[in-house]
Amino acid sequence: MINGISINMYLLLSTVLFIIGAVGVMARRNTIILFMCIELMLNAVNLLLVAFSALHNDSSGQVFVFFIMAVAAAEVAVGLAILSMIYRNSKSIDSDLLSKLKH
Amino acid sequence: MLGYTITQWLFGILSFLAIMFALMVVFSRNPVNSVLYLVLTFFCIAGHYLLLNAQFLAVVHIAVYAGAIMVLFLFVIMLMNLNQDSEPQKTAISKAIAGIVGGLLLVVLVGALRGTELLGIQQYGHSEIGLVKNLGKVLFSEFLFPFEIVSILLLSALVGAIMIGKKEIK
Repeated sequence: MINGISINMYLLLSTVLFIIGAVGVMARRNTIILFMCIELMLNAVNLLLVAFSALHNDSSGQVFVFFIMAVAAAEVAVGLAILSMIYRNSKSIDSDLLSKLKH
Repeated sequence: MLGYTITQWLFGILSFLAIMFALMVVFSRNPVNSVLYLVLTFFCIAGHYLLLNAQFLAVVHIAVYAGAIMVLFLFVIMLMNLNQDSEPQKTAISKAIAGIVGGLLLVVLVGALRGTELLGIQQYGHSEIGLVKNLGKVLFSEFLFPFEIVSILLLSALVGAIMIGKKEIK
């Protein structure tokens, strides 16, 4: 129990947020929205890390969240640069068109 | 109030709003609306951090995600001029398959986590671990090497983004 809230509630909330992100990655074709859904999944994990950090009264979990934020920022910067390059070359950011590596 | 404390009410309201805004991110047609709903989701998650006594992390979360990353998304969307509903849609059957897969994953995870009994946890000490002083002490003593590695990662991401984004490389 953290402030009268069971850890199972946090587990449930994080699971639901993660699943929403995963469904978004599977169901959309706009690559920018895929990136946003990845951010949503990362944030679900961050929330759970902070919840367990508060449960155990240990600050390592919060430090991990810092590192995840830094990695997410780097990922978004590089990913959006790649995305704008793709848009400049093919005038589209449809994820189903980006299958050239398959053949 | 109906047997719940104010913290439990806040938790319920913030959870409901976070899930609703997250659903709107996935289901709204316009990418700009998606970004704005994602910012609202991040504010709800920052509220959760405050409820969990992670005050500094809540501020950093708002500054980094809502302030920096989401502005980057908005810039890119407006550069590409995608703020009209011109996105090609997936077929109905692949959307249905995505929904089914997500639902099954939810059932599996909830079923696996529902009966979790967390044994061997004893809470001790005070709950001031989320303050800047305590986090800074941990970050600069125990996690000093990962901290330096992260700075190199950010630098290389900066260089990589500029290199990729350039018009032509001579």
